[in-house]
Amino acid sequence: MSEILSIQNLNKTYEGGFQALKNVNLFINRGEIFALLGPNGAGKTTLIGAVCGMVRPTSGQILVDGHDIVQDFRRTRELIGLVPQELSTDSFETVWDTVNFSRGLFGQPPNTDYVEATLKNLSLWDKRKNTIRTLSGGMKRRVMIAKALSHEPKVLFLDEPTAGVDVELRKDMWDQVHALQKTGVTIILTTHYIEEAEEMADRIGIISKGELILTECKSALMRKLGRKELVLDLAEPLGTLPDRLTKYKLDLNAERTAIKYEFDSTSDDNGISELVGELVRSGCSFKDIHTKQSSLEEIFIRLVKK
Amino acid sequence: MNWRAAKAIYCFEMARMWRTLAQSIASPVISTALYFVVFGAAIGSRIDQIDGISYGSFIVPGLIMMSVLTESISNASFGIYFPRFTGTIYEVLTAPVSYIEVLLGFVGAAATKSMLLGVLILSTAFFFVPLEIRHPLLMIVFLILTSVTFSLFGFIIGIWADGWEKLQIIPILIVTPLAFLGGSFYSINMLPPVWQKVSLMNPVVYLISGFRWSFYEKSDVNLGISLTMITVFLIACILIVRWMFNSGYRLRS
Ligand SMILES: Nc1ncnc2c1ncn2[C@@H]1O[C@H](COP(=O)(O)OP(=O)(O)O)[C@@H](O)[C@H]1O
Ligand SMILES: [Mg+2]
Repeated sequence: MSEILSIQNLNKTYEGGFQALKNVNLFINRGEIFALLGPNGAGKTTLIGAVCGMVRPTSGQILVDGHDIVQDFRRTRELIGLVPQELSTDSFETVWDTVNFSRGLFGQPPNTDYVEATLKNLSLWDKRKNTIRTLSGGMKRRVMIAKALSHEPKVLFLDEPTAGVDVELRKDMWDQVHALQKTGVTIILTTHYIEEAEEMADRIGIISKGELILTECKSALMRKLGRKELVLDLAEPLGTLPDRLTKYKLDLNAERTAIKYEFDSTSDDNGISELVGELVRSGCSFKDIHTKQSSLEEIFIRLVKK
Repeated sequence: MNWRAAKAIYCFEMARMWRTLAQSIASPVISTALYFVVFGAAIGSRIDQIDGISYGSFIVPGLIMMSVLTESISNASFGIYFPRFTGTIYEVLTAPVSYIEVLLGFVGAAATKSMLLGVLILSTAFFFVPLEIRHPLLMIVFLILTSVTFSLFGFIIGIWADGWEKLQIIPILIVTPLAFLGGSFYSINMLPPVWQKVSLMNPVVYLISGFRWSFYEKSDVNLGISLTMITVFLIACILIVRWMFNSGYRLRS
C-alpha cells in the first residue's frame, strides 16, 4: 500500500439531483502535499467531505491507508484531521480546552506535551487561556488547525486554508504546512489561488464542474502545459513591425522597445530561430533576450475554459 | 467503542452547564419555589387533602417531573442544535464515533443536568412542605428514566429543527400543555369521566402518577403501566436517533 488515500469512481449527487462529483479517481501519495485547485463550486469541499464523513457518497470507494471509510470508519477517521472552509469555533471555551476536547473526541489519551508543542508551533501558546471568541479571525483559523492536529493525524485536509487571510499570515501558513510535511503528515489542501498551489504543492489536481480534469506533478504540469514567453529587448525603438512577422502574433510594447512572443515550449517547432533570424534581417538588434514560464493561472484558465 | 469521545462530549456539555449555571439551575428552582408559595401555601390551604395527602405535598412529585421533563428537552435540544447552528458539529461528524458515543455524551450530560435539577427541587420542597418518600429507589429509577428519555426526545428535536422557531415549537405547543394537564396539580379521579378517559392518552399522566406512587403509594394509574410506557418511549427514541445517524438525516448531506 503505497498511497495513503485512494478514491475510486466517486460520484456524489446531492438531494435535489445536482451532481457535484462525477466519477472522480484520485490517489494521494504518502507524505506529499497535494493541492486541489478549482473555481468556486467545482466540488472541492464535497470531495473532502466525502473522505471525512460529512458527505455521503452516492457511489464509489474511498480507502484511507487501506481501510474503507464506510466499513472501517473508526480507523480511517482517526487517521484524518480536517480544517473546514468555514470558520466555526466554539466561543466560550479556552484554546487549551477546545484542543484537548478534540483530542479526546478522536479517541486519543491525554498528552499535554503534544498539545503544548502543537500550540507553540502555531504561535497559540500565549493565547491558551483565552476564550476563543476573544481571538482574531486568523487566530481562530489557527485554533482550528490545532484542533485538527490534536489527535496526531496522518492525513490533514485544509479546505481553503488561506481564504480571507492577509498576505503575511498566508506566508506564515505556508511555512507551517511545509513544517508539518516534514513530520510525515500528508497534506491535501484546496484552493482557488493558483499562487498557493504553485507555492506549496508537490502535486496538483485540477477540478472543474465536479470532474477531476487532471492530476500532475507541479513541475510536470508546468512543463507540459507551460506556454513560454520570449521577450526581446530592442537596442533602438522600432517603428512598425514588418508585415512578414504577423504570423508570429508579436506584441510590441507601448514604448516600442520590447517584443513579446508566446510559444509552446513542448513543441520542437517553436519558431524561435526563424523569428530571431527575420528580426536580425530587418535590422533589429537586441539588448537582452529572456524567456519566462507562464504561470499556473494561465494554464488553469486554459484548461477550465476547454 | 470510543469511550474517550463520549467522555469528551459529556465533559464539554457539563462545562457549558457550569458556565450557564444561572439559567440551568436557578430559574427552574425559583419558578418551582413560586409554585409552592402560590399553589402549596396560598391556594393549597383552601384545598382538601387529595388521597389523604396535603395539597402542598401532593403537588411535589408532579412539579419535579414537570421541571425534569421540560429541562431535559430544552437542555438536550439546545445542546445538539447549537453546534449545528454554529457549524462546530463538523468535528463530531468527522470523529471516529457512532451514534452511541454521541448519545452518551450529549444525552448523558443533559440527563445528568435534569437529574441534578430534580434533586435540587426535591430539596427545596423539603423547606416548604412535609414530605415522605416510601420507595426512594423506585423514585430514583423514575427520575433517571424520565431524564434520559426526555433528553433523548429533546436531542431528536435538536436534530430535526432547522431554525430557532422549530426548536421552541414542540416544547411550547405539545410538551408544556401535556405536562400541565398531566396531573401535577390534581388527581385524574377529580375530573369528569370523559376527561379521565382523555387524560389516559397523555403519556405524562403515567409518568407523574408512577412517580407520585414512589412517594406516597398513591397513584391514578397502574405502576406497571407507567414503567412500561416510559420504557417503550425510551426505546422508540433510541431507535429514531439511530436511524437519524445512520441515514445522515439533517446531519450529513
Ligand atoms: N448540501 C448541498 N446540497 C446541494 N448542493 C450542494 C450542497 N453542497 C454543495 N452543493 C453544490 O455542489 C457544488 C460543489 O460545491 P462545493 O463542493 O462546495 O464546491 P467548492 O468547494 O469547490 O467551492 C456547488 O454547485 C454547490 O452549490
Ligand atoms: Mg469549498
